[in-house]
Amino acid sequence: MNKLISPNIIRFCVLVLLQVLILSNINFLGFINPYLYVLFILLLPFTLNQWKVLLYAFLIGIIIDVFQDSGGINAAASLVAAFFRPYILKFAFGVSYEFQTIKFYQTPIAQRFTYITLIVFTHHLVLFSLTYFNFSYIVEIFKSTLFSGVFTIILCLIVMVLFRKRYR
Amino acid sequence: MQQIINFLIKYKNTLLFLLLLFISLVFTVQSHSYHKSKFINSANSLTGGVYNWANDVDEYFNLKEYNDRLVEENKVLRAKLGIQQSKDSDTIFQDTASFDSPYQFTSAKVIRNQYANVDNYILINKGKKDSIKSDLGVITSRGIVGIVEESTNGFSRVISILNSNSSISVQLKNTNHFGSLVWNGHDPNTVQLEEVPRLAPVKKGDTITTDGRSFIFPKGIPVGIVNDFELDQNESYYKINVRLFNDMTNVGYVYVINNKNIEEIKTLAPNE
Repeated sequence: MNKLISPNIIRFCVLVLLQVLILSNINFLGFINPYLYVLFILLLPFTLNQWKVLLYAFLIGIIIDVFQDSGGINAAASLVAAFFRPYILKFAFGVSYEFQTIKFYQTPIAQRFTYITLIVFTHHLVLFSLTYFNFSYIVEIFKSTLFSGVFTIILCLIVMVLFRKRYR
Repeated sequence: MQQIINFLIKYKNTLLFLLLLFISLVFTVQSHSYHKSKFINSANSLTGGVYNWANDVDEYFNLKEYNDRLVEENKVLRAKLGIQQSKDSDTIFQDTASFDSPYQFTSAKVIRNQYANVDNYILINKGKKDSIKSDLGVITSRGIVGIVEESTNGFSRVISILNSNSSISVQLKNTNHFGSLVWNGHDPNTVQLEEVPRLAPVKKGDTITTDGRSFIFPKGIPVGIVNDFELDQNESYYKINVRLFNDMTNVGYVYVINNKNIEEIKTLAPNE
């Protein structure tokens, strides 16, 4: 139990600080920011109860919101991503997920990539829809989702490559 | 009863999801309306402390720029002082009542600045302890920055002029035609001036300053210059793009303006 909790708490704190102090201030080309804290939702243990996943996702989102004065947009986006996580897991990993036998770092790279991509884009679409909160900004919503999403996915993959040994 | 409990257990994830989603959407809607987002607010000791700590490191990178600004401001102030002194020498003007300005300035440091969102907020390191409260104006030596929205003991949250909820009354410097300053969410260096009547002689390069109508900002604080303009679709108002004097992406130190007469003015004009 302890082995499961402590890396997640550390990851939670590190990702929140990294997000609010550095990543949200990148503003690449004026509007592109990665939202790496999604990685926390991605890496929550697959065997964790769904209601706990929802609660933790809401928690990290609302803390990011408090730091960024953004109301509840990050909380809502993380929550939606967490809600769809079991379905996306099932879609990405197929049978091996249903038998609960997989470990994240032992899955094939293509399946893992599908999983990351779907979660990240779900999260970003909700996030930017709520950020702009106006249908007249629909082009900006999709543009931000696409560019920031790609940025986030690349960062997620880099972080996973860098830190993979620790979780083995 | 049994069925209700069974239903709750069966759909507990969905229900939890809907509940939390509802909460976050309430916060979101509140944050999109002016003066409503009380709960989710970075002006608390935890987030303020973290930003303060990060800013202590960050500010060294901008010291040179801030020094240049101070020198520039000193130059302007010295020039004004020079004018004042030359007047004093040949006029006798001894009315002590006029020395007391209604405006009180407090300096503060920006510890977190946003400019890439649609609704941007700035966090400054002064709060109720330094008698900063909501609805005070915030400026730099170059121009306006925003209006204080919330303050806690040590920190205050400022609605930047780069915020879709912000609307500040400004005027053309030459002709006193006024309008309201809003932002469309695109370029952090350009804001929009609306509701300037068609009769106003607008020219490219005209200076925009605050008018004293809102009593938050004194009259004549510089805002920016007219970049380009067009007549609105119904042809009675101008829509003007204003290039800000301030670099909103690097604000640094600000002054908070407290109008000491505001209480008195409010009793006369309760709707303002």
